[in-house]
Amino acid sequence: MPLKLAAWAAGIAAILALPLVLGPYYLGLATKMIIYALFAMSLDLLIGFTGMASLGQAAYFGLAAYTAGLLALRLGWNVWAALPGALLVSVLAALAFGLLATRTRGSYFLMITLALSQLVWGIAFGWRSLTGGSDGLPAVPRPDLMPFVSLESDSAFYYFVLLIVALATFILFRLVASPFGYALRGIRESETRMLALGYNVRRYRLLVFVISGLFAALAGVLYVYFNRFVSPDYLHVERSAEVLLMVILGGAGTLIGPAIGAVVIVALEDVASAYTERWLMIIGVVYMLVALLAPDGLTGLFKRLRRGRTGA
Amino acid sequence: MSALQTVGVSKNFGGVLALSDVSIAVEKGARHLIIGPNGAGKTTLFNMLSGTFSASSGQMLLWGKDITSLPPYERARLGMARTFQITQLFSRLSVSENVMLALHAARGGDLSVYRPMKGDRLLLQGAADMLARWELSHIADQAANTISYGQKRQVDLMLALVGQPSVLLLDEPTAGLSAAEVVRVADMIRSLPRDMTVLMIEHDMDIAFGFADRVTVMNQGQVIVEGDVAAIRNNAEVAAIYLGED
Repeated sequence: MPLKLAAWAAGIAAILALPLVLGPYYLGLATKMIIYALFAMSLDLLIGFTGMASLGQAAYFGLAAYTAGLLALRLGWNVWAALPGALLVSVLAALAFGLLATRTRGSYFLMITLALSQLVWGIAFGWRSLTGGSDGLPAVPRPDLMPFVSLESDSAFYYFVLLIVALATFILFRLVASPFGYALRGIRESETRMLALGYNVRRYRLLVFVISGLFAALAGVLYVYFNRFVSPDYLHVERSAEVLLMVILGGAGTLIGPAIGAVVIVALEDVASAYTERWLMIIGVVYMLVALLAPDGLTGLFKRLRRGRTGA
Repeated sequence: MSALQTVGVSKNFGGVLALSDVSIAVEKGARHLIIGPNGAGKTTLFNMLSGTFSASSGQMLLWGKDITSLPPYERARLGMARTFQITQLFSRLSVSENVMLALHAARGGDLSVYRPMKGDRLLLQGAADMLARWELSHIADQAANTISYGQKRQVDLMLALVGQPSVLLLDEPTAGLSAAEVVRVADMIRSLPRDMTVLMIEHDMDIAFGFADRVTVMNQGQVIVEGDVAAIRNNAEVAAIYLGED
């Protein structure tokens, strides 16, 4: 146990020390990993815990990113107004879309979440006067937390992201350990039984859809500040598929797995894209290997390996 | 007032008449048995009573209250519970977590999103007590999909009873059990509180007739005859369509 504690302490120290040892490029990569970890965990609530496979998670990520960008650029709102505003817009969208989508299950749910997110993508792409169309919104400023405390520097922004994601992660872990979190697992395992026990399954499914959208939105706002830019790509199905892959690669239903999946995929994309433009192919091969060799994802594989060793 | 009553209930599945004009009254505290050959519509009736299927026509009453169009979870909250012919457990959760989810629902199932479920002493203690009473403490921490079939049946029944329902629907509780397990489940059913109303589908006639005080015989989606055990035993029509087959 002390060894485990020491490992945790060392890990946290290393994460905190990153800005001291990494150059701007790799610090940026680390920031991106952390933001994507949150994005992937948000989707894990749906897929891993409740068994609702969505292919439209980018809608809430991108919508919040656009809203935060527009509120800062057009209205000059500061971060403490723009951030809640952006989250609110995504939550309302998740509520409206959720009312439709949660009436369906399985592949129908997948298709309708995909269709709804493509709708948002279409609006962002087509409404040039508001969104800049395919050019997106350039020069979104990184916010000042308060007067004279800017997040412009990469290390300040890194710590800002780290703090927000750490808080969000804490809340997510509390959420999945609560009776609500177990009810989600119950719905995943047997909706029939949940109904027979007296759970209003539809309300739970809608609620988790909105909560999941909220955390995706938080990741989206961080990401627009990170990139200082937002374009329709943020909303595209490819983005939804990418984060879905992170969840599956890392191990759905564990929270920590999708976070690891995010780190691995972001790293892989970075390495692979340096050598080839067809890095999606490499991601595809990785995905097939995971599906064949580690259907429970990396965390499942790790668990099996450890059990195998102690069992021997 | 009957505990549970159906009035002329019918069910169509795309033109196939699965239930036709079924009227049954289950009295308070009854041990009411439904028998009939395969395809008689017994499980369909159960699914309609619990709200899984909607009725094509007719009316269903629980304690005199019209529940025909209520969703399953509201029927559960009115005191109705059921077991499943094909066990419905939370497979990848532990047996104790299964019971805790049932207990949480029985306590009103409030939407608590922050306090950990396993930090709730009442819930933990309640689940432990329940498992001890059913002599299943030794499998408390096992995932529900790793326990034996007999144990799954017991947990399935236990989940239905956690909420202390006033009306219990048992769908073939002893199906597929070993002789020893049948005795065990039969004992559990016999020890149910007398004021609990029980409606049961059962194929094992020794168990069923020993337990029931009222029997409804169904065939091809219709009620053929209803009466006490002795009357059903001696009914020629019943012998012809059902008992004669065994």
